[in-house]
Amino acid sequence: MSEHSHKSEHHELKFWEKYIFSQDHKVIGIQYGLASLLFLLLGLGLVSIMRWQLAYPGQPIPFDKFVYPAGIVGVAVILIRGMKIGIHTLIGVLLISIAFLVKYLISNDTRVSDGIMLPEFYNQLGAMHGTIMIFLGVVPLAVGAFGNYIVPLQIGAPDMAFPKLNMASFWVFFVGGVIMILSFFLPQGPAQAGWTSYPPLSVIESQGQTFWLLGMVFLITSSLLGSVNFIVTIVQLRAEGLTWMRLPIFVWAQFVTSFLLLLAFPPLEAAGVLQLMDRVAGTSFFMPSGLVVSGTPLDVSGGGSPLLYQHLFWFLAHPEVYVLILPAMGIVAEIIANNTRKPLWGYKYVVYSIIFLGFMSMIVWAHHMYITGMGTAISVFFQTTTMIISIPSVIILTALFLSLWGGSIRFTTPMLFALAFLPMFGIGGLTGLPLGLTTSDIHLHDTYYVIGHFHYVVAPGSIFGLFAGIYYWYPKITGRQLNNMLGKVHFWGSLVAMNYIFFPMLIVGLAGVSRRLYDGGMQYAHAQAVLPYNEMMSIAAWFLALFQIPFIINIFLSLKKGKKVENDNPWDATTLEWATPTPPPHGNFLETPVVYRGPYEYSVKGSSTDFIPQNKK
Amino acid sequence: MQIPFTVENREDTAVYNGKLGIWLFLASEVMLFGALFSSYIFLRVGSTNWPDGSSILNIPMATFNTVVLITSSITMVMSWVGLMEKNYKKFSLYMFSTILLGTIFLVVKYFEYTAKFEHHLFPSTNTFLAIYYTLTGLHVIHILGGLIVNGYHLLFGKKMWETEPQRFTNRIEVSGLYWHFVDLVWIFLFPLLYLL
Amino acid sequence: MSAHDLSKEVKKYILVFVGLMILTFVTVYVSSLEVGIITGIIIAMAIAATKGTLVASFFMHLLHEKKIIFWLLIFTAIFLTGLLLLPILVKMNGVRY
Repeated sequence: MSEHSHKSEHHELKFWEKYIFSQDHKVIGIQYGLASLLFLLLGLGLVSIMRWQLAYPGQPIPFDKFVYPAGIVGVAVILIRGMKIGIHTLIGVLLISIAFLVKYLISNDTRVSDGIMLPEFYNQLGAMHGTIMIFLGVVPLAVGAFGNYIVPLQIGAPDMAFPKLNMASFWVFFVGGVIMILSFFLPQGPAQAGWTSYPPLSVIESQGQTFWLLGMVFLITSSLLGSVNFIVTIVQLRAEGLTWMRLPIFVWAQFVTSFLLLLAFPPLEAAGVLQLMDRVAGTSFFMPSGLVVSGTPLDVSGGGSPLLYQHLFWFLAHPEVYVLILPAMGIVAEIIANNTRKPLWGYKYVVYSIIFLGFMSMIVWAHHMYITGMGTAISVFFQTTTMIISIPSVIILTALFLSLWGGSIRFTTPMLFALAFLPMFGIGGLTGLPLGLTTSDIHLHDTYYVIGHFHYVVAPGSIFGLFAGIYYWYPKITGRQLNNMLGKVHFWGSLVAMNYIFFPMLIVGLAGVSRRLYDGGMQYAHAQAVLPYNEMMSIAAWFLALFQIPFIINIFLSLKKGKKVENDNPWDATTLEWATPTPPPHGNFLETPVVYRGPYEYSVKGSSTDFIPQNKK
Repeated sequence: MQIPFTVENREDTAVYNGKLGIWLFLASEVMLFGALFSSYIFLRVGSTNWPDGSSILNIPMATFNTVVLITSSITMVMSWVGLMEKNYKKFSLYMFSTILLGTIFLVVKYFEYTAKFEHHLFPSTNTFLAIYYTLTGLHVIHILGGLIVNGYHLLFGKKMWETEPQRFTNRIEVSGLYWHFVDLVWIFLFPLLYLL
Repeated sequence: MSAHDLSKEVKKYILVFVGLMILTFVTVYVSSLEVGIITGIIIAMAIAATKGTLVASFFMHLLHEKKIIFWLLIFTAIFLTGLLLLPILVKMNGVRY
């Protein structure tokens, strides 16, 4: 290898080879990371607009109070250092474009009339918030960004197994994202059938849905290419001595995640193709006979089944939940072991639980469909598997909690996020149990309770895990630490805001308020008692958006001003990614690493340091 | 920088990267077509009247196409044998036959489709035709993909064969696996759509 | 693989090819008989499965493939079974949708 790396150093890469169409897993990881963070921000922005309608139904949105100040601040930020171009230029341009985007959105009277949000627009915001957050935000960040950057480093590989395929996977993802964004500029706006896109509504819906389906086909293809690449990389390119039971938990999590993506996504791709045929070629895969829309019978051949779509959709979408959570769990495990200076409690149980979790997640899908009338026998089967799948989740969480016991905990910023993950994911998981039981689900189905449960799993769960990862690996990626103070503001602000948003949702849901109401339940007698919560949740959501500002500033500011790391291993960690130079060069390791021990050898008796790296004899 | 195990097998797994990669890809393809087959059964058992495929579709044409595709499978594997025997000429000849047979398949398919359109049998006519067009259409896309890859090997493979013969042989084996899989899908599609 | 092994392989390929051809015509012939829908499905699927196995075992070299590939396929087969059970599950409840 040394000969080759020597050669490649002399081969000067052009700018676009190095940063745009790069085949280096680290550059691709960063591309994925930046793109998905932008999408997360967009998703948060969409829901911030949406929450106005829920808090103050029927009142004009004070866009003008926001648009012009944002534009002016944007210009000011650009000019802050004279005509010099830097990161502030980017932020300024971003602000101005957001102002223009919002201005464009409200100038269209199919969306907003006299400043009041129309139901169609409300539906579009909801559908695109879900789609963007899941398929363009969290999954690409967890798998595309962290998987790409960290996995090859942690297993001691020079790159991914198929670098060209890796690049293709990012650009296919990018095209999918662009298609989704473009759909906002359609005359009738983007998809509005929810992130689940249930037919027959989605089939008779406006053009936005076709864009949605096309975008999804690209995103799915990208995920498939990526997951093939991850599995081959982990199986084939592990360093010498890195046996399966010496793999860091994060690598295990990515391995199982990739399998889920590989085997669960194709059925959704099939469903997408069938729905596309329904929309474009006029077939009736999901269109039942005798459907009447707005008083006129639909001109379709009929004979299809909307239930079939739901089966195919949830065959993917339940494993998808574990795709969202497993990588975050992996990150949290890494950070907890590192910051308690103790080996992870029950490494083997955690590994087996992750595998079992992945396996079971494929046979629980129909618990999303109890009230579709699919029958009691199936419901009982899926209720049983759902209860079984909660066991490995509890084992993993317990292992992480027990790892804290007796440790000398370092309360670093990544550790704060990792610690918050535990109770937050705990709430998310426990609130899921009543939804998995057929009887209690009858009451809770399609209420805000579901939204609260799911967001507890994904927002202060997954996303906190991913934030923890960003704070933890930023020094390796850039050579500088993120600012601690800004990090703590970001953490505490987000934690408090998120609980103010999602906990009331559970209460509102228990009162029986449906999740899909355009006015937040104003017209319903049973919702009157919980209506005041709507305003509280909305204000908390806007605060959550504000508390992301320190994070954005931190990421850009620390690139130049952050504290430089003293050595390649600033956290005194054991896993292989810290054995590379900082930041790792093309080809990663200076010499091919050999592994002699397990991943979490902290505070080993008789050792001079409190950690022994995996590649130390 | 060189990625390990692109050519030689890794000791503990006994495969090279490409082979594991293509099998993983095929596993996902199995799930894709599995979901579509499952949808087909789901819709068929739920329907009140399902037309007899053989009365609508052209069985002689499809039988001919089955023969063509199976033959292309054996020519594909023979082109790999050619490389194993270090006989590039044999490889080219068989690879060319594979591509030719694949093209014949597409041409027959084209005539099949246009004949249906002439009789005003469209995907929107009924669910049977919908599933027929969707499944065979996806299969045609897979054939097209295979033809492009194989065409690339035939036209531009010589250089790699001269510099890295083993890697090229691996590539042909991997492309072959994909091509046989496409054949395998057709083996199931043929009775499901035409005969039952 | 030696030259002798290769020529033995080639002989196998030709035999498999002949077998596939025969089965193709058998399945077309059987479908023209009036055997009843259930028997018809069973025969057609049995023949298709045999043909599929032949292609996978010989053309795709699955007979001599490595353990890791088998594990992958077994894993996939389990999930595929789940997917194919779907229509049966629905039928089992006798629900008309």
